[in-house]
Amino acid sequence: MRAARRAIVRSPGARVVAVVALALAAFPFAVADTFYRQIVVMTLMYGALGAAWNLVGGFLGRVSFGHAVFLGLGAYTTLLLLHNLALSPWFGIPAGGLIAAVTAFIVGRPTLRLTGHYFAMATIAVLAVAHVLMVNWSWAGGAVGLEAPIANSVWLLLFRSRAPYYWIAAVLALLTLWATYALARSKAGYYWRAINGDEAAARSLGVPAERYKMLAFVLSAAITGIWGGFYAIYVGFVDPDSAFSLTLSIQIVLVTILGGVGTIGGPWLGAALLVPLAEGMRVAMGGSGRGFDLLLYGLAIVLVSLFLPRGLITLRLRRAAAPG
Amino acid sequence: MPLLQVDKLTKRFDGLVANRDVSFAVDAGEIVGIIGPNGAGKSTLFNCVAGHDTPTSGSVALSGAELVGRAPEAIADLGLMRTWQIPRCFTAMSVLENTMVGTLLRCPDPANARTEAQRVLDAVGLGKRGAARAGNLNLAGQKRVDLARALATSPKILLLDEVAGGLNPAEARELVAILRAVHAGGITLVIVEHVLEVLMQLAHRVLVLDFGELIASGSPEEVVRNPAVIEAYLGRKRDA
Amino acid sequence: MLEAVATGLFNGLIYAAVAVGLALIWGITDVINFAHGDFLMLAMYVAYWLFTLGHVDPTLSAPVAACVLGFVGFAAYALIIRPLQRAPPMIVILATFGLGLVLRQLAFIAFSPDYRNLPDTWLSGSIRLGEISLGRPQVVTGVVALAMIVVLFKLVYGTRWGRALQAVAEDRLAASLVGIPCDRVNAQVWMLGSAAVGVTGALLTSFFYVFPSVGAVFGLLAFVAVAMGGFGALPGAFLSGVLIGIVEALTGYLVEPAYKTASIFLIFLLVLWYRPRGLFGRW
Repeated sequence: MRAARRAIVRSPGARVVAVVALALAAFPFAVADTFYRQIVVMTLMYGALGAAWNLVGGFLGRVSFGHAVFLGLGAYTTLLLLHNLALSPWFGIPAGGLIAAVTAFIVGRPTLRLTGHYFAMATIAVLAVAHVLMVNWSWAGGAVGLEAPIANSVWLLLFRSRAPYYWIAAVLALLTLWATYALARSKAGYYWRAINGDEAAARSLGVPAERYKMLAFVLSAAITGIWGGFYAIYVGFVDPDSAFSLTLSIQIVLVTILGGVGTIGGPWLGAALLVPLAEGMRVAMGGSGRGFDLLLYGLAIVLVSLFLPRGLITLRLRRAAAPG
Repeated sequence: MPLLQVDKLTKRFDGLVANRDVSFAVDAGEIVGIIGPNGAGKSTLFNCVAGHDTPTSGSVALSGAELVGRAPEAIADLGLMRTWQIPRCFTAMSVLENTMVGTLLRCPDPANARTEAQRVLDAVGLGKRGAARAGNLNLAGQKRVDLARALATSPKILLLDEVAGGLNPAEARELVAILRAVHAGGITLVIVEHVLEVLMQLAHRVLVLDFGELIASGSPEEVVRNPAVIEAYLGRKRDA
Repeated sequence: MLEAVATGLFNGLIYAAVAVGLALIWGITDVINFAHGDFLMLAMYVAYWLFTLGHVDPTLSAPVAACVLGFVGFAAYALIIRPLQRAPPMIVILATFGLGLVLRQLAFIAFSPDYRNLPDTWLSGSIRLGEISLGRPQVVTGVVALAMIVVLFKLVYGTRWGRALQAVAEDRLAASLVGIPCDRVNAQVWMLGSAAVGVTGALLTSFFYVFPSVGAVFGLLAFVAVAMGGFGALPGAFLSGVLIGIVEALTGYLVEPAYKTASIFLIFLLVLWYRPRGLFGRW
């Protein structure tokens, strides 16, 4: 056991994480511009959302295009609890994760039976239904949405300055990375990949497929929901269009697939490329409102797909010496 | 009590009766072979016993516990394992990881499961190929992985579906040796097989199916001389 | 209420027309074309500009749009889909998403986000059938859409070439082994499916607003229709498209317009609950 732990700590992956963690810690002191910090926070968030999605989409192999529904649930839960029960996001954010997890459990029963394309479409349908419901529920803000109150208190996890959010995001990101890593190496990780490989064969080996599929779905939803809560307090505002957005769902898939689906590092790499790219182009060209930024973004997606079909992570893997 | 008891198992597919009132028992420690011409219903019987398919009527009991109606994973947990006619390895995972999926059933801790899996691979002659991607192996290799995986769950009884099909004579000889070792380790074997040389060397008892019914049962020597069996294989005009 | 059903029926025929094109591409080349809705948008702009600049009525520009879109479909296949045929399926789908985004943005840049619509065309006006009053453009578009679907069905189920398509859809490897040129078939299917969308788009301009994101709505409904009908089942896509149109119109009439989309998706989820492979799906 000790030897195994030492092996992990010395592995190339761990070294990369350590370097990145140090860089993240040093970054805010080196760069004062909040714009760049925002990019880092967004990158971390998309990376984490991708990593959470990866549990279902990568390891288990069930592509979900509706994952934003869990983000939205987490975000709305956090803000609703804040508004109606004056409950601090310290509780509200985990509650958001819980609500997302419960929803996944309810929705998972009928949808996880479906295969491939049907599952993907069903997740879109769930997202669309949730979107319509939120637009029509005025007690939850309706089409206008909800705002987080303006405050500056650690207890409420709301701050005037953007700086504390950076640290929260960094910590959450590291926790997410650790969680996905631990899950991938656990019994669940092997069982998920077995189910992905051949569900019938896996079951004949004793893998309780239904239970493990649900586990992946619920865990993925929980992590996404927690980040939804973070999103709510960071952006300070949620509405059905931004929170229950098909585009956001697709971004999550994009980031993971382009980074390298089914790998631990893939989503983070994908986010590290796509988020700064999108933001950078938006600032450089989007200001004129001419749409060139999104045009180039679309082209970038097409080009990366064509030239790196297995994702960005294949660039690193090709240079790696031995299998990890 | 016999380890495996199949009682009047019947499987109907709409109009076609694939298995009719098949009954047999397998005692612990036996090696039982099942043969029959093409279309005799061997695969159907196999799938029904292994829990892959539900029989129309009849029962399958393992150490007295009824298997019909149970989920495949529950049957696996009770100790009945099967291999596949066309190997169904997890092609994207390594040979070791494939085997680990098997050992994780009894050793939930991945580190222990890994050690156990390596031991199983050593026993079936794949000890040095643990890191290879399962999908890259040839047919014989994948069948070996399939077997290793099944053995990794420490089953009481192992059902082998045409495990010798497609192997050249050297590979077949290796397989016989491995299966003998497996049996010596205390696992009961039920083998469905076309390759009669393999079967005859291993089986204590042979069951013969034809047109979905059990037409003969006995030692390999007896069965080969049984007129009904000979007629089943040679005496009738059949579609290829 | 009959009017709502009738409106829904004709809307449904249009959804069905878009869906059938998508189902063809999906069923035979196994690619979810996320840009399909944007192909529709392109067709609409083609018809719009032909009318505005050349006074060509949408009914006449339909064949032109079909050709243009056929070419676009072919280009998409040759430049993006074929190079990616050995890539993980998800990458192909995302590439089509990127393509759709590119098309949408090109339209945005070239034509501005303004909503445009055509003033009186040949088809303007309404038709009375008993007590129901329907817009003539909608009816004609619906009828033409139906005719086109019938032609497509005849092609796929009634000709030798169509049988080749079915073979490829069923088992690509086997089809290539018996000598069917799968690559050419793929290209042809992309062209055909896109051309179908071209016709539909051109006709749509006679009564629908034209703007860069118009593809999003139709595209999504087409996906739902294809999934609900069952992948690889053209009749399923057709029936689902019509069903969606009717459900949408009835919800707007009986319940509330705001819930129209939700009811479509709920019906879809319900169908999948009872038939996990869609209404007619085989795989």
